[in-house]
Amino acid sequence: MEENVVLTARGISMTFPGVKALDNVDFTLRKGEIHALMGENGAGKSTLIKCLTGINDFEAGEIRVEGVDGPVKNRSTKDAQNIGISTVYQEVNLCPNLSVAENLFIGREPLTKLHTIDRKSYNKRSMKIMEDLGISVDVTQNLENYSLAIQQMVAIARAVDMDCKVLILDEPTSSLDDEEVEKLFSLMRKLKEKGVGIIFVTHFLEQVYAVCDRITVLRNGAFVGEFPIAELPRVKLVAAMMGKDLDDLAEIQKEQKDYSKEPMEIEAKGLSHAGTIKPFDLNIHKGEVVGIGGLLGSGRSELARCIYGADKAQTGTLAVAGQQVKINQPIDAMNKGMGMLPDDRKAEGIIADLSVRENIILALQAKRGMFKQLSRAQQEEIADRYIDLVKIKTASKDTLIKQLSGGNQQKVILARWLATDPDFLILDEPTRGIDVGTKSEIQKLIVKLAGEGKSVLFISSEIEEMLRTCNRMVIMRDGQKVGEIDHDLSQEGVMKAIAGGES
Amino acid sequence: MSTWKKIKSWPLLLPVVALILVMAVNIIHDAATGVNPLSFFSISLRETTTNGTILYGRLIDVINRGSEIAILAIGMTLVVSASAGTDISVGSVMSLCASAMCVTLAGYGVSSTTTLAKPLVIGLLAAILMGIVCGAFNGTLVAHLSIQPMVATLILYSAARAIGLLLCNDLIVYVRNPSFAFIGSFLGPIPTPIVITAICIAIVSVVLKKTALGMYIQSVGINARASRIAGLNSKLLIFLAYTLCGVFASIAGIVASSRITSADSNNIGLYLEMDAILSVALGGNSLGGGKFNLAGSIIGAYTIQAITTTLYALGVSSIQAPVYKAVIVIIIVVIEAPPFKAFLKRHSAAFASKGV
Ligand SMILES: Nc1ncnc2c1ncn2[C@@H]1O[C@H](COP(=O)(O)OP(=O)(O)OP(=O)(O)O)[C@@H](O)[C@H]1O
Ligand SMILES: [Mg+2]
Repeated sequence: MEENVVLTARGISMTFPGVKALDNVDFTLRKGEIHALMGENGAGKSTLIKCLTGINDFEAGEIRVEGVDGPVKNRSTKDAQNIGISTVYQEVNLCPNLSVAENLFIGREPLTKLHTIDRKSYNKRSMKIMEDLGISVDVTQNLENYSLAIQQMVAIARAVDMDCKVLILDEPTSSLDDEEVEKLFSLMRKLKEKGVGIIFVTHFLEQVYAVCDRITVLRNGAFVGEFPIAELPRVKLVAAMMGKDLDDLAEIQKEQKDYSKEPMEIEAKGLSHAGTIKPFDLNIHKGEVVGIGGLLGSGRSELARCIYGADKAQTGTLAVAGQQVKINQPIDAMNKGMGMLPDDRKAEGIIADLSVRENIILALQAKRGMFKQLSRAQQEEIADRYIDLVKIKTASKDTLIKQLSGGNQQKVILARWLATDPDFLILDEPTRGIDVGTKSEIQKLIVKLAGEGKSVLFISSEIEEMLRTCNRMVIMRDGQKVGEIDHDLSQEGVMKAIAGGES
Repeated sequence: MSTWKKIKSWPLLLPVVALILVMAVNIIHDAATGVNPLSFFSISLRETTTNGTILYGRLIDVINRGSEIAILAIGMTLVVSASAGTDISVGSVMSLCASAMCVTLAGYGVSSTTTLAKPLVIGLLAAILMGIVCGAFNGTLVAHLSIQPMVATLILYSAARAIGLLLCNDLIVYVRNPSFAFIGSFLGPIPTPIVITAICIAIVSVVLKKTALGMYIQSVGINARASRIAGLNSKLLIFLAYTLCGVFASIAGIVASSRITSADSNNIGLYLEMDAILSVALGGNSLGGGKFNLAGSIIGAYTIQAITTTLYALGVSSIQAPVYKAVIVIIIVVIEAPPFKAFLKRHSAAFASKGV
């Protein structure tokens, strides 16, 4: 093996029924480098990673790891760990009903002299691990009590705590805020200094340029090239990923007008849900896009969930289009013209074993009721329309959604809500895991919906994205709505308000 | 896709192969004992003194005797799909429904009657109502109180028969009336239970085809939280699945009771919950819930009955039969287990690469 190289993959090919996911792909990881693996949704990034860690059984090619003689063929993730490959997968795959500490140490529990599990010591060590990452959690609490972002941090903490020479991070930052991202980056730099090779997958280009040394680009399962970071500026990177130039990303024309004269779509007074969000008032006019800004755990999602009835509001009143409504569960909200794309795709979005077609029409069908079944022809027509509209990459509309790449699953859930044609749409991290090309398409779509008189409540951990599309921003802190910014939306202004300065 | 791959991914592969295996055992046994090897399949008309001309044959017998299991399997399939759990009370509920019906038809405290105290329809409705009540009880425990299905249905599993005995005043109530006995005997040459089962299957198939119920139930079974956000009432759907399961248990109870023109609380539907669950598993349905395949469950039900009939034909006593069934269950479960599938896959790949 070459000097300084910790892992090589040569000529990897892998086929799923109907899809050539990887076609003769090469990858080289050196010691102490952070190597970005880039490509559009469905390019094969996660598939390549799963080949390295023994989840996928590739049909051709060879993987070598420093310190191991001959080609490596991992049979399971355990094998991969044993030779020093530690991984955070795209979908958090920890156990929601175990505690944070148990999740950190599952499969490698510290033992007492009597060979029983040493709970005290691992609770203490867990506390230390999370503190080092600057995350304050109660490690004895079940993981499901925490937001997706914290779950993602726990997954990262677990991977990092294992002694490894290769660390693989598949979209670890998709639900993190800038602050957590910074924490992760300093951690990555520390590991890099120790000589660990890191594979980093993300759709945030600025993150690539912030930490990476080298970029490997995949397109449609094929290897496009490996480049030192300096030789591949942003524009070239996007072109390499898409196979063509991206038409101007930032050119989104949101409407500039005074919405206060428009009719009211949503009028919330004193809504609250015990333990998640304190009473808040919120008015949204027709055709308005309102963003919610706030730090991790500030109650952004919780505010939206409370309006939609995902968490039933315990106090307050809600009026939709001027009418008082009582919402006990999501279907009530849907019947009033609402829709909500939840942030946790795996737990609350996809119905894994149903097809792409069924996943797209599910909410529309639920709204119509059980006895008014959409005919097969109607279902296919709708599925085709949205597969085309949001560019879902799938072998067919009858492919199971779980067989799609993460970003494409996200597009399916977005399509589900677009298909219900809501008057008021809540989008909680709608572009999570979606590639740059499609991301700007979705932002354009949001502005277009607003132009048609629909109202949108938009939550994103990417502030620029909200600035580009929102007319007004609501600021959250500690489960409380602390202010609104309705003119001169600027990066600094919003950041300052979020951080807790004067707003 | 190659034909072989198509066959391998066919959802009915497991139940159909199992059914063929059972038939093969019959053919071999018949051939070995010098009977016509195809006698299992031969159907003839036979004159009887009680029922006139009727269809006769081992295959007819299997389909007839398998009616109760097939009817139960319909409800069980829905329950398994929606709640990732099984309803182990169906056998006992069958018996309770039969008791409710016979008491209604004979009158409380009467142990044997030839004339009906109430019109037959009232008796049937009593049974079905009892089925709905039991199903709704189970459904409430599972859907609204989030009790483990096994534990929730354990209550009626152990209590229903006793309640039935209470209703019957500790008697075996005989209703020896031809209009009642008809349900368990013959419609023209065809056994009536076969007709009833066919009607049940037809109705459910039409409902599944014409409404979104099937997708709703599967969606809830796969991911109840996501289904709720998408506008499904997850709790109501699980409740509904258990209630339907109760209704089908009552229909099976009516058939079983009519066959013996009595409500024998201790014996009606005995161990049938196991056969119903086994049908669902044999039908290629995951007991972990989610996607279901009704046709598979039905074929599974008849396969189980065929196994039972075959065992008796081979001279296995009814006491020993469960042992053989257990062996079959083990084989099925192992074939379906992920590590075994992975093992097969590895080895078939190894074979292919060696060029064998
Ligand atoms: N289990 C599976 N069964 C069938 N096809 C699959 C499976 N997993 C992935 N694929 C297909 O392989 C291709 C590559 O998927 P992969 O998940 O590697 O994409 P990705 O680059 O990680 O995309 P994303 O950015 O959206 O996460 C896709 O076309 C996908 O549909
Ligand atoms: Mg991926």
